[in-house]
Amino acid sequence: MTQTSDRIGEDEDAPGVVKKFMFVNRKAPYGTIYALEGLEVVLISAAFDQDVSLAFLDDGVYQLVKGQQTKGLEVKNFSPTYRALEGYDVEKLYVEREALEARGIREDQLLVPVQVVSAAEMAELMEQQDLIVGF
Amino acid sequence: MNFGLLINEGPYNHQAADTAYQFARAALAKGHRIQRVFFYNDGVNNATRLTEPPQDDRHIVNRWSKLAVENSVDLVVCVAAGLRRGLVEDNLAPGFRISGLGQLVESGIRADRFVVFGD
Amino acid sequence: MLHIVNKSPYERNSLTSCLAHAGKGGALILIEDAVYAATRGNVAESAIRRALGDLPVYALGPDLEARGMQGSVIDGVKVVDFGGFVELVAEHRTNQSWL
Repeated sequence: MTQTSDRIGEDEDAPGVVKKFMFVNRKAPYGTIYALEGLEVVLISAAFDQDVSLAFLDDGVYQLVKGQQTKGLEVKNFSPTYRALEGYDVEKLYVEREALEARGIREDQLLVPVQVVSAAEMAELMEQQDLIVGF
Repeated sequence: MNFGLLINEGPYNHQAADTAYQFARAALAKGHRIQRVFFYNDGVNNATRLTEPPQDDRHIVNRWSKLAVENSVDLVVCVAAGLRRGLVEDNLAPGFRISGLGQLVESGIRADRFVVFGD
Repeated sequence: MLHIVNKSPYERNSLTSCLAHAGKGGALILIEDAVYAATRGNVAESAIRRALGDLPVYALGPDLEARGMQGSVIDGVKVVDFGGFVELVAEHRTNQSWL
């Protein structure tokens, strides 16, 4: 997904600061574009060597469900991108237990290894960030 | 203080662009600096010079252009999100520039405060 | 952390989700359609009153006024203008928009 133009100016602009970025996903995939375009930002921020984590709560947990098949809709299935995150050194994926339980989803239905945390633990993780970006 | 703003919704359909504009103006009035406004998702539609609202409505695009000129605010439109929605150099309003998503991340790194406006 | 909510409590669960994660020492500002949550008799009134025990709650005045709700604000919720919104963002090290 990374485009050449996304990297323009990186050398002169990257101030060498590492901030803790958390991307908060609270929306389901496909109904709106937020999950897909949010993921593009995640990949770019990793290219800037930032301390990136992803949080999935509310309907955001639906983004990670295995078995997404989009042929019938003729839209891009972007769920494999979550598996590629590890290659970008994005390894902190936090999923809220309460959100899974409220939706009848088990951890083994998710397409990537994640850390399941409680709402209270998620709140603590949020407090530790320098920047929270929700889409 | 340096503020970075991210706008994820287009003009008129959703209040986000209005809220962000009022926020930016209030910040400038208080002596803060708007380091960058980044337009992403349908937010890129804030930057089209083809916009012509009825005369009794606010002109959201011209308002941004004026803010950019008068306060040297950097208005950046995401190239990929823009291409997806038909927003290119040819129809870009004055004061805006098109660049990559890296400018969003860089704004997050450089700004003292970063605020997201969306749906 | 400053929590920013912009949805009516009747439309989405943003406010509920926000309050489930907002801790002491933070603050909450209701903007756009979320200002309806700051009014007396609405479905979120008891949640807002409980939240007021833990953190200050603000509502954006111009949004209340545009919606004709300026006379119905729950006691304890502070009304601010855009300048006040800016200062709240400046005062808190981080903020989160619950979109």
